[in-house]
Amino acid sequence: MALDVFAPWDDPKAKPLIQFKNVTKRFGDFTAIDDLTVDIFEQEFFALLGPSGCGKTTMMRMLAGFETPSEGSILLAGQDMAPVPPNQRAVNMMFQSYALFPHLSVWENIAFGLRRDRMPKDEIATRVEEMLRLTRLEKFARRKPHQISGGQRQRVALARSLAKAPKLLLLDEPLGALDKKLRQETQFELMDIQESTGTTFVIVTHDQEEAMTVASRVAVMDEGKIVQVATPDAIYEAPNSTYVADFIGDVNLITGSVETEGETLRFTWAESQPAIVGASTKTFGKAQNVHFAIRPEKIAISAQKPEDAANAVPGKVLDIAYLGNISTYHVQLAGGQVIKAQTANNRRISRRSFTWEDDVWLSWTDTAGVFLER
Amino acid sequence: MRRFALILVPYLWLLALFLVPFVIVFKISLSDLAMAIPPYTPTLDLAEGWAGLVSFFRELDFENYVWLTEDALYWKAYLSSLQIAVISTVLTLLVGYPIAYGMARAPEEWRPMLLMLVILPFWTSFLIRVYAWMGILAKEGVLNQFLLWTGVISEPLVILNTNLAVYIGIVYTYLPFMILPIYASLERMDESLLEAAEDLGCSRLSAFWLVTAPLSKQGVIAGSFLVFIPTIGEFVIPSLLGGSKTLMIGKVLWDEFFANRDWPVASAVAVILLLILIVPIILFQRNQQKQREAEG
Ligand SMILES: Nc1ncnc2c1ncn2[C@@H]1O[C@H](COP(=O)(O)OP(=O)(O)OP(=O)(O)O)[C@@H](O)[C@H]1O
Ligand SMILES: [Mg+2]
Repeated sequence: MALDVFAPWDDPKAKPLIQFKNVTKRFGDFTAIDDLTVDIFEQEFFALLGPSGCGKTTMMRMLAGFETPSEGSILLAGQDMAPVPPNQRAVNMMFQSYALFPHLSVWENIAFGLRRDRMPKDEIATRVEEMLRLTRLEKFARRKPHQISGGQRQRVALARSLAKAPKLLLLDEPLGALDKKLRQETQFELMDIQESTGTTFVIVTHDQEEAMTVASRVAVMDEGKIVQVATPDAIYEAPNSTYVADFIGDVNLITGSVETEGETLRFTWAESQPAIVGASTKTFGKAQNVHFAIRPEKIAISAQKPEDAANAVPGKVLDIAYLGNISTYHVQLAGGQVIKAQTANNRRISRRSFTWEDDVWLSWTDTAGVFLER
Repeated sequence: MRRFALILVPYLWLLALFLVPFVIVFKISLSDLAMAIPPYTPTLDLAEGWAGLVSFFRELDFENYVWLTEDALYWKAYLSSLQIAVISTVLTLLVGYPIAYGMARAPEEWRPMLLMLVILPFWTSFLIRVYAWMGILAKEGVLNQFLLWTGVISEPLVILNTNLAVYIGIVYTYLPFMILPIYASLERMDESLLEAAEDLGCSRLSAFWLVTAPLSKQGVIAGSFLVFIPTIGEFVIPSLLGGSKTLMIGKVLWDEFFANRDWPVASAVAVILLLILIVPIILFQRNQQKQREAEG
């Protein structure tokens, strides 16, 4: 790996900024965070992804100091955070519920944290103006939170947490209420801030595309555990489990068993179909039941059987979902399975090559998919 | 039309229950004392026609109001009432706020029970409760006996028939009126606001002053008026718990009506009291209005 790539997690000498060490958090007899261990490094843009209720907010709240772990410890720059109260942590949090002060104007909300630091008045004013400009809220500075829209409120909450320029910024779904365009712009703004200030970001999002765009690493969570932590491309191309493959993006999951072992596996999955040939970094035993996961865009669709493809199966077009830039074809195979294949729409729709009920061939290379334990 | 009817109803209500009695009282305050039934003159006799009406209005004058300014008793009583009302309101606030705060922060399942406890005293007669305080505060009362028994004091304290007893009585009686609006405003408050304040660098205490206090301001104002307004005219508590030195306008009013049977002067006292109360009542209404707007 080239030296200039930012990847402190691959460097055994790098000191993590945040360390979760076997952290468990229970509410009564409910376990919200289950023996979680993870390192987050300085200047990272760390995204937490997972279904609702999996413990993302709880993790953030423990970092900010509003919840204490039931077991295990959280270290910030090597120091145990348990005894440090929230107001003395160099951490700011943007709340999922925004938690804007209803009796203060937008301006005063953003200035709140700066005033607590006893910053000089004119510096506060400059800083607040800067934040207002960044979040496009100049026009609403004097309004109270109940006089602005939901998306504007979300931006106020974002501006308020950014204003103090903390070492660690926790953003709990910071952009969910924004329209797509503004969201993308704000994502780039956040990345800019991150680059120019070196702030470490931990961000919760339900939007995979967002996680992919902004994050240096993505953690996929499920029921209080982190299932996989990796760079966005690794998460997407090399998920370590069926859960991750299924959670991130669109995927075809095919069940079957290993026919011949080795670096290049043969995989039987249906009576009438030829075995799938694919490379695997993991080793599986003979006859082990596994999933073959392949992304729709990795599957090519053609009228004739391609000569040189490692894998090719015939089928019939069942359905076409037109998404503008791409189309997804649902192709039914002889055994009844439906496989999704995606193609870029680089031609106008009227000149599309395939339509409903057409007989087609699906093909993919031997490195297109991954084998995962069941 | 519908709108008009909607406005009309409360005005008719106000007319019947406030304006009509007020006009009657105001008329009596302009009359003269008489040994008759009713004990004032003139009385309107419509049978005499226009001339009767003219002589009726001729006889009305502001003599009683002039009298109120001449005898120092009255303005002293007004001032003393105001003073007692202000002090009692502050005391009730000091006692009530922590209680309301504790209730609002209590586990959710306890809150209905706590609210119940606040309201419970209303289920017994107010008079009986004040009499109970006489039993508690008297020289041989429960409180003194207890304190003597524990050895905290060697001489019984004189509390009953002093202003202190009046303050105790008022704080006790009006506490629910203070607690309920404050509780309502505190309970509505989102607790994540305090977390946000702490996250931005506030200590617990400054978070209270910067967030909790301003957000419960409306409740405090409402509660204070609900205590202050009735306390100015309070009569039962100073009569039963207060001493000869406790001067309150409600007591003066009572004495004028029932001891002196001087209805005209008593009415004048009442009219002035009402004028004094109009200011806080209007302020109270404004506050309620503002709160509704802030929520809308
Ligand atoms: N104070 C609490 N008491 C009891 N249970 C709680 C408490 N806070 C969170 N939980 C539970 O812990 C689990 C994780 O909650 P958390 O808020 O971290 O979810 P999340 O991943 O942020 O979900 P979402 O994406 O919906 O925001 C949930 O099942 C929730 O019900
Ligand atoms: Mg959450």
